[in-house]
Amino acid sequence: MAKKTAAIVGSGNIGTDLMFKIMRRSRNVEVKYMIGIDPNSDGLARAKKLGVTVSAEGVDWLLAQDDKPDFVFECTSAKAHAANAPRYKDAGIHAIDLTPAAVGPYLAPVVNLDELTDTMNVNMITCAGQATTPIVAAVSSVVPVDYAEIVASIASKSAGPGTRANVDEFTETTAKALEVVGGAKRGKAIIIINPVEPPMIMRNTIYCAIPAEAAEPGPTQEKIRAAINEACAKIRDYVPGYELRVEPQFDAARDDWGGNGRVGIWVQVKGAADYLPEYAGNLDIITAAATRTADLLSEKIDAKLTAGA
Amino acid sequence: MNAPLDTTFDIRLTDTTLRDGSHAMSHKFTERHVRDVVRALDDSRVEVIEVTHGDGLGGSSFNYGFSLTPELDLIRAAVDEAKQAKIAVLMLPGLGTIHDLDQAHDAGASVARIATHCTEADISIQHFQHARKLGMETVGFLMLSHRTSPQDLAKQARIMADAGCQCVYVVDSAGALILEDVSDRVSALVSELGDDAQVGFHGHQNMSFGVANSVYAVRAGAKQIDGTLLALGAGAGNSPTEVLAAAFDRLDVKTGVDVQGLMGAAEDIVKPFITRMPIMDRASIMQGYAGVYSSFLIHAERAAERYGVPAYKILEEVGKAGYVGGQEDMIVDVAVQLATAT
Repeated sequence: MAKKTAAIVGSGNIGTDLMFKIMRRSRNVEVKYMIGIDPNSDGLARAKKLGVTVSAEGVDWLLAQDDKPDFVFECTSAKAHAANAPRYKDAGIHAIDLTPAAVGPYLAPVVNLDELTDTMNVNMITCAGQATTPIVAAVSSVVPVDYAEIVASIASKSAGPGTRANVDEFTETTAKALEVVGGAKRGKAIIIINPVEPPMIMRNTIYCAIPAEAAEPGPTQEKIRAAINEACAKIRDYVPGYELRVEPQFDAARDDWGGNGRVGIWVQVKGAADYLPEYAGNLDIITAAATRTADLLSEKIDAKLTAGA
Repeated sequence: MNAPLDTTFDIRLTDTTLRDGSHAMSHKFTERHVRDVVRALDDSRVEVIEVTHGDGLGGSSFNYGFSLTPELDLIRAAVDEAKQAKIAVLMLPGLGTIHDLDQAHDAGASVARIATHCTEADISIQHFQHARKLGMETVGFLMLSHRTSPQDLAKQARIMADAGCQCVYVVDSAGALILEDVSDRVSALVSELGDDAQVGFHGHQNMSFGVANSVYAVRAGAKQIDGTLLALGAGAGNSPTEVLAAAFDRLDVKTGVDVQGLMGAAEDIVKPFITRMPIMDRASIMQGYAGVYSSFLIHAERAAERYGVPAYKILEEVGKAGYVGGQEDMIVDVAVQLATAT
């Protein structure tokens, strides 16, 4: 079938990285439009040079086009997406939301795409959410996880003004997704911004409370290791720079952990450097996840059409 | 005019035994400890007493250690016990949230101390605005202040002041600053902030300069100084409140506190319950020397025991990597890499 078309709304760092990602890595989607509000933005200039139709007149312009895209990628802000979402829906466009607006359900493509019944609007959580919820989901597929906690460390240079102005939104959204997507009973997320030079590559540490016996060597522990490795392999399929720094570390049960044991997983996310440098794995993983989501949704849409015919 | 106007005393001492000391106690303070310490400090006329998990509101976690007693219970106990002192709480944006701040305020805390790495002040803007909206007094912490120049530190202080911070602290989280390192930074902040906000200093003893640095800070214009009883705190501990009180008294810097009362509080109240005396040993000196966040110490000691590599080596590597406050999770990674390499 012909490739589906996409509009990227928001021509900042995320939108521009996403454009390159779709052009270089998508199986089923091509970028038709790039929409911004600043006619002088670097993102719009680059898009134009690559043959993309660009406009600095916002979503009004996009929705006035006769030839509407199949997908819109929202790379603006939570507030903007909350306003735009119903308009995309009315126009019959699938929305993939890279802001923390959470109009639609949280989605990590390797975890819960098949579970969602309505995919007209899906939310990509946060960069840390994409990096950590699949691991928590892997652990909770083997044992109950009473509590999951993640620490995301990102380079100061990769923390944009949106993240800086509202870090609470970032930690609260990520924590919620550890529960909804990861399957933990309770989630907590911490973000650290580090200015060291040269910039540090994005890191995520994931701690899951696990039953005491699962923290001891044995078949359950082996199953947890295998599930983690499997999740890593699935993510690496679209984020090649995603890797474990060390083997998962199991800690025996402790009273101050409510009698639970713990597994700790240390992940590094090196970006593909499609637009931003490789240290910005945090931006890479969310644009890569959005691209993968569009590819998978395209296949679903086509399958439905074929079945309908 | 943003800053508090009380000019009765030359400087104000803030005691953070019940917050920074939480690190040295592995976050195992009880309500009894809190009530006893608050009563002693309050009786000695200390005006501000900080009570929170060592890593601030919401710090109770796998990464930093779980609190034995929920911190809101400890804050409520402190508020209940204090007759004149204000109860302060610490929060680190990215770790704690506005929701945590609301809860602390509901529990009676009246001073919000908001901490960021020394180059990342802009992540605290929403929290300062919110704290002021709640009617709380505000203090800003620029942590690991040795990691940036006095001029750049002053620019970060300006961001906090503009957001509603009433006093910006030069925070020597690693105990790495020595004498003029402190006064140069404090001077830069004083000249940037003018009457818009006061300047404070929070010192650590990793290289034994906590009190001397505090004196340099005051001579450069600092108006608020932090200490803990018996130096109980992260790394080799903090500037001891009772020594600060005695030293400033001798220097005729008026603090308004009861020097003898504070010496008694350290000796009779804190000493009997603490589980480890703060000490300058190889690991904590390395923290000052290599510029490593003081609260990494106990985490490094635990990793040293588990992975069979010396704590000071772990801390040295952590210093080289440039990890900042809150990145306690990196310690295990470093320890495993060191253990594999040997």
